[in-house]
Amino acid sequence: MLDMQNLSKVYRTDVVATHALREVSLRVEEGEFVAVAGPSGSGKSTFLNIAGLLEAFDDGAYRLDEQDVSALNDYARSQLRNRKIGFIFQSFNLIPDLDVFDNVDVPLRYRGFKAAERKKRIEGVLETVGLAGRMKHLPAQLSGGQQQRVAIARALAGEPRFLLADEPTGNLDSATAAGVMDLLDGIHGEGATIIMVTHDPGLAARAQRIVRLADGRIAATEAA
Amino acid sequence: MFAYYVRLAAISIRKNAVMSALMVCAVALGIGACMTFANITYLLAKDPIPAKSDVLYAVQLDSWSPDNPYRADGTPPPQLTYLDATALMQAQYADEPPALRQAAMSGTAFVVEPDSKDERPFDATGRATYGGFFAMFDVPFLFGQGWDAEADAGREQVAVLSRAVNERLFGGENSVGRNLRLSGSTYRVVGVLDNWKPLPKFYDLNGDAIGNPADIFVPFSLMAALELPRRGNTNCWKPLDGDGIEAFLASECIWIQFWAELPNEAEKLRYLAFLDNYAREQKRLGRFQRPLNNRVRDVNEWLDDRIEGTEPATMLLAVGAMFLAVCLLNTVGLLLAKFLGRAPEIGLRRALGASKRAVFCQYLVESGCIGMLGGAGGVAAAWFGLRGIEALFGDVIANLLVFDGAMVALAVVLAVACTLAAGLYPTWRACNVQPAAQLKA
Repeated sequence: MLDMQNLSKVYRTDVVATHALREVSLRVEEGEFVAVAGPSGSGKSTFLNIAGLLEAFDDGAYRLDEQDVSALNDYARSQLRNRKIGFIFQSFNLIPDLDVFDNVDVPLRYRGFKAAERKKRIEGVLETVGLAGRMKHLPAQLSGGQQQRVAIARALAGEPRFLLADEPTGNLDSATAAGVMDLLDGIHGEGATIIMVTHDPGLAARAQRIVRLADGRIAATEAA
Repeated sequence: MFAYYVRLAAISIRKNAVMSALMVCAVALGIGACMTFANITYLLAKDPIPAKSDVLYAVQLDSWSPDNPYRADGTPPPQLTYLDATALMQAQYADEPPALRQAAMSGTAFVVEPDSKDERPFDATGRATYGGFFAMFDVPFLFGQGWDAEADAGREQVAVLSRAVNERLFGGENSVGRNLRLSGSTYRVVGVLDNWKPLPKFYDLNGDAIGNPADIFVPFSLMAALELPRRGNTNCWKPLDGDGIEAFLASECIWIQFWAELPNEAEKLRYLAFLDNYAREQKRLGRFQRPLNNRVRDVNEWLDDRIEGTEPATMLLAVGAMFLAVCLLNTVGLLLAKFLGRAPEIGLRRALGASKRAVFCQYLVESGCIGMLGGAGGVAAAWFGLRGIEALFGDVIANLLVFDGAMVALAVVLAVACTLAAGLYPTWRACNVQPAAQLKA
């Protein structure tokens, strides 16, 4: 489903070239739960941005659902991102002026669904994350754990091919984090593909496979 | 998606109420000033006498200095000397008059001395002209009529009053035949005008081009006979030969407006030939030392040259446009600050599937909404601006200022168009926000 071959990314300034990723090859199959782990500066964020079609790469090949993404224009990349990828961020990234319903609605709007379809999907995913009764709340009226659940609902609403989670519990206390991870486990249990970037070994251990990055290279791949 | 973008714009405008209000105010002030100035320009440029504007001609004789042209582009002086004005008027009494009607005229002033001892004397504006003035310019009368050629020639002390002055002096009654004391002399009222407000005041653009016509009209011959004061511009290219009124009247100073009514092209050509003959005659007498350069211009040609090509209208429009430009520049800065302040949200929307085009549309719609509000504010500002103009110039222009549906629509359309243009750069910057840079924790 996700197939990266020899991906490289270099950030260049006038005086220095930083190799963020060096010949990274990774294949993720449908239904897998993969953790990408590594210390700060290992290239996790760059991997996430490229996997999420938010950033271009310099060398190598990336196929998403058998589609070569390197030749796509902005519109096509945006469409692909909208249809195939669900993002979950460390800092939730909810829009503070929109209520829970409208936050979950954002990706569905760009998908072009009709109002009835959007409503059905939003109510369904909010039910899944246990926030059906909070639809009209603003993010500021929710706890951190609830906000992350809204973000997960937003990622699930468009029924993407895989979820891309960036330190999903990084801003949460341990009890709340455990709840969020249980939720992700449950979603995976229902067949979702998840790629999670984390530096937390305990969190990475909950995945089926751990890909360890160091200095922009895959240092090791191990089953959890 | 348009309705969604409008909703997002409403939320954004509410959230940043102060900044949004600043932008709306900037656009409103710019549009308001522009519409107010455009209205004045329209007033100055409109045809003040549509039924006759193509048969009424301002007369120009080049009596100016042999050393310098009156204007660099060769345009002859806009006014005539007393010698020339009275000579041309004299020709009107010949068996074959040169024009259907002619009228020389000048602004003057009076102190009106009411009969009632309870009422104080007051100042009034005056116009000294010939009896043909009223028929030539289709001036409407409430009572009586203008004076005849005999009154002009006989220097009769007769007067035509404006409706306002008749109201003040005679309570609005028919005052024809009544006497009136003006600056120490007694005049007999022969007519009272109905409302008459040609705008611009095309027949004499000196000073106040959108002011009231005169309060009191009297025969031009009284200017010399009673030494009435002049009101308007006087220009001389050489010193007077002596002192006193006689020397002034015999001088080369120009101070008299002169109009002729020429019903068709043939009459116009005949009149031009008459002017040239007159100029040649004067050359033989040692005057008119410049090449023959006499002109007649109909009302609109006259206004084009005297108003549009020169200061008031063009300057007002330019000032309005510059003011709007300054306001829009401010709006560009505010929009830029506002949109880039929302870079994290833009990054998030891009990550969730918004294309650059979608972000561009969203923020352009927000600019348009601010433009709509600015347009509404601009309509209000223009309304206040026009009320201010009315307060400055009085009710003479009250019914002529345009504030109708078309103007409201124009203000809103202009505001939206300008704000969209102002929003292009901030919107372009917004849609080029790099999502990856905004989504880091």
